[in-house]
Amino acid sequence: MLEIKCPYCGKRSQNEFSYGGDATVKRPTLGEEISTEDWDNFVYFRDNPRGKHTELWHHVSGCRQWFKASRDTATHEIFDTCKMNEAFNE
Amino acid sequence: MSNAYRTKNSTGLINKNKKINFSFNGHTYHGYEGDTLASALISNGIHLIGRSFKYHRPRGFLGVGVEEPNAMVQLHEGNKSEPNIMATEVELVEGLKAKSQNCWPSVQFDIGEVNNLLNRFFPAGFYYKTFMWPKSFWMKIYEPFIRKAAGMGVAPLQPDPDRYEHNYEHCDVLIVGSGPSGLASALAAAKNGARVILAEDKANFGGSLLTDEVTIGNMSGKEWANDTVAQLKSLPNVIMKKRSQVFGYYDHNMTVMIERVSDHQENPSKYTPRQRLHYIRAGEVIVSTGSIERPISFGNNDRPGILLASAAKEYMKVYETLVGKKPIIFTNNDTAYSTALEFLKNDIVPVILDTRNNSNGELVKEVKQKGINIRFNSGIADTKGHLKIKSAVIGELDKDKENFTSLESIDCDCICMSGGWTPTVHLSSQAGNKLKFNEEIDAFVPDKKRQRESAVGAANGSFTLNQSLAEGFQVGFDLSNKFTDNNIETNTPNSKEPKYEKHERLWCMPLPQGKKPKRFIDFQNDVAVSDVELAIREGFRSIEHVKRYTTLGMAGDQGKTSNLNGLQYVSNIEKKIVPEVGHTTFRPPYTPVTIGAIVGREVGNHYLPTRKSPIHNWHEENNAVFVAAGLWQRPRYYPKESENMNDAVNREAANVRKNVGICDVTTLGKIDIKGPDAPEFLNRVYTNAWLKLPVGKARYGVMLREDGMVFDDGTTSRLSENHFHMTTTTAQAANVLSHLEYYLQVVWPELDVNVLSTTEQWSGIAVAGPKSRELLSKLFPNIDLSNEGLPFMGLVDTNIDGIFTRIYRISFSGELAYEVNVESNFGLHMWKKIMDEGKAFNIEPYGTEALSTLRIEMGHVAGAELDGRAVPFDVGLNGMVSKKKDFIGKRSLSKEAFTSEDRQTIVGLVPLDKRTKIPEGSHIVENDKVASPVPKLGHVSSSCWSVEYNNPFSIAIIKDGKNKIGKNLFAVSPLKDISIPVEVVSSHYVDPDGERVRS
Repeated sequence: MLEIKCPYCGKRSQNEFSYGGDATVKRPTLGEEISTEDWDNFVYFRDNPRGKHTELWHHVSGCRQWFKASRDTATHEIFDTCKMNEAFNE
Repeated sequence: MSNAYRTKNSTGLINKNKKINFSFNGHTYHGYEGDTLASALISNGIHLIGRSFKYHRPRGFLGVGVEEPNAMVQLHEGNKSEPNIMATEVELVEGLKAKSQNCWPSVQFDIGEVNNLLNRFFPAGFYYKTFMWPKSFWMKIYEPFIRKAAGMGVAPLQPDPDRYEHNYEHCDVLIVGSGPSGLASALAAAKNGARVILAEDKANFGGSLLTDEVTIGNMSGKEWANDTVAQLKSLPNVIMKKRSQVFGYYDHNMTVMIERVSDHQENPSKYTPRQRLHYIRAGEVIVSTGSIERPISFGNNDRPGILLASAAKEYMKVYETLVGKKPIIFTNNDTAYSTALEFLKNDIVPVILDTRNNSNGELVKEVKQKGINIRFNSGIADTKGHLKIKSAVIGELDKDKENFTSLESIDCDCICMSGGWTPTVHLSSQAGNKLKFNEEIDAFVPDKKRQRESAVGAANGSFTLNQSLAEGFQVGFDLSNKFTDNNIETNTPNSKEPKYEKHERLWCMPLPQGKKPKRFIDFQNDVAVSDVELAIREGFRSIEHVKRYTTLGMAGDQGKTSNLNGLQYVSNIEKKIVPEVGHTTFRPPYTPVTIGAIVGREVGNHYLPTRKSPIHNWHEENNAVFVAAGLWQRPRYYPKESENMNDAVNREAANVRKNVGICDVTTLGKIDIKGPDAPEFLNRVYTNAWLKLPVGKARYGVMLREDGMVFDDGTTSRLSENHFHMTTTTAQAANVLSHLEYYLQVVWPELDVNVLSTTEQWSGIAVAGPKSRELLSKLFPNIDLSNEGLPFMGLVDTNIDGIFTRIYRISFSGELAYEVNVESNFGLHMWKKIMDEGKAFNIEPYGTEALSTLRIEMGHVAGAELDGRAVPFDVGLNGMVSKKKDFIGKRSLSKEAFTSEDRQTIVGLVPLDKRTKIPEGSHIVENDKVASPVPKLGHVSSSCWSVEYNNPFSIAIIKDGKNKIGKNLFAVSPLKDISIPVEVVSSHYVDPDGERVRS
């Protein structure tokens, strides 16, 4: 079980959180024309890197804040976590 | 014969003043307090414990602790019965009952032993070759037969009566194992102020210090251990746990430890758990797990009475038990000589065989000085004795040690073997440590760590006491200082121990000429040298493949005594060095763990939390039958007298259509939405338009996922300009809240909106049926509930008995209906008020079944239709989709696949005979007579008995549904072997124009 540092609450066990996927995906702007290919890339396609991954977590059984984590997908090492409007300390 | 095998001196850890009676295979014996089941049996001269897994060979003890592969027993009886327990790990307790497993009719005479005579038909991988034809025999004949024949113990069929607990712990430094390096680490870390947990598997702290003749400072090893334990116990920052095995090392330094709390107690108090599982998140973990002795492979090396030399020594020194009185010591190294010396203390002179040409180690010299003849350059070729070792065929080895030059037979009653030592690296490996091969000790040791884990002492390959203590004190201080920065260093005491010479790289004896006795490597899985040879001959090269083909190291003991010998043998055949062959992966658990401990208190009603509405007790008092809706308990129906479910549901639903019904809808998800951008947010979340919803009005809304699939639906009402009250389905309430938070926090943080779950703050009561208006008008005489005063989708706030009450005119049943909301604490009060007032109108409560019937008849979609595969078009919600504005998931709806004419869409079904109910999940086909695979048009999502038309009705999702209306098809359920001719009708079966809700 991972230990994740919520930027609002501090270190907590993984069972308080839910995973939210790739944090670098940008939702297309509402009302904007978009090709099917671009839309499909947004909805379905994700990179699956071995190594560093910027991802979203939701402190669902805690403060209910979404935040960003930088995690190694192979070793599970979490390099840093930060609030949505912040950048990692790297 | 009772306790005939006890040592002369009482210097061990058993208490001869307390006799303990126990039984084994129906016979009563006694041992003493401090004995294990193993030591008590051996002290009574019993070595035959069970039969082996495959060949049913008689087996006894190999080890003295967790390394034991053979001596597994069935403990206790009835619902407390437990299979496959290592007798070496069971502390003796009054009245303990144990018996042998995998034998019939008895352990002395076992029919299954015929497998041993037929062993040439059961080589490695025999089941892949022998039981191939005919194919159909595998499942019904071969597999059950093999499973029965190749067995272990028997699992009890009754529920486990014992109590197990879970505990969560945090510490700076967790130390696993309390031998010299563990105690040293703990002392250094604790004195430096760190929060320390010290875990010891056995009933006594001290590890090898309890059996080794060494001096630390001015004390014996054992005295130093006792002294250190006393010091540690006096410190407030230390938790000492004996009978506690750390068996798993997971990510981010999460370790799991099993503690045997009351297994050893005669009468544990009522709420004392049997075992406790500790989840320990440790800042640093020190692995001081020591090492395990390696056996040697020689002919028939598995007979009862053949065991590890270190085990024999521990039985003598700790348990005051003699494993035999006519011992042979067989070794390739110096450490076994300490066992020889221990025998000598009991006036027993062992025969000593050493594969080496000579040794001048201090213990060897001591033995020589006592005038004992040591047969160097010698080994064991074979043994005799069916149920217990009787004699050994021994001989001298040739120059290359590949053949015996001469053989002779000598009598013995035990063989104590030693093939050197294997560091216990399991936990380090589980933690992700890449092990490296240390050629000095011919074993793997921890190398590059991935987590915050440090091995010390023998587990790190440091086999001398000096090294172990030095490492322990150093690492204990260094790691603790990371947390405390106190810089309080504890000095390493001087120590004295015998000097050892190096072991010989020889773990497998040659066969005696002209004979082929089995030379076992893995005792628990019956894997012999010949099986490994066969695997290599058949082309298996990767050690992982050899392991799986032969099952070497795959038994419950995880190959603690067999892995390295197996690797070594593969390396010898392949003429490679061991590190090139590599090692197999170590996985948790290190030792078997009771399922009960893993489950803990999460059994029965404690498996999940239970959510109850404030009206729950009333439902109970009124004979409700409950159903789980997620965590909620909801009334399913309220049977009267002899009614069955169908009768009750039909009565309840019909009464809503005819009079008025009342239903507890408290479980619906409710979300409070506030903020200047709330209307804009809802406009983006829902498929329909929300900006112009007037204050005091509700609206039905549908939300999609980005992939266009319907996610949830519900009504949301505008309480004031910037304040909305959203309702969700019971099932999706939590997911919808997370979804809204995601868009507000991640995607559109610029929107000024707050969302908050209010599910538990409101109690909701649906009042539905043609008489509902009349009833509520009587209850709330001050408000205008006429169709003009409170039209469909309107809401009004009022007050009754000083209780704030909000009445929505919304309907799930399709009837004229209201939903009365009050603050949760007043839910029961309001429910009773409505029931009292409703008597005059024949009010009756209805449960979730009637609720379903009513919505199915009306063609309202619910979870069964909104299953994550439906776009709005599929389920008749196209009218809810705005063409003008953009919203979550809209772009997906214009994708080709989602606009295709032949998508599966919603229809109604009525059986042609108007009597046969259509099972949910049935397939819809055009022709049920054609050969399979029959082309499938769709499936039945919801079924009910229509109380309006008094015949069955179902909702189905079928291909090109709209154009199938009026056609006859078949609903088939191959599982139930039924085929029902059905007519396709509109899904809006009752009141298709929705006149009633607006009346």
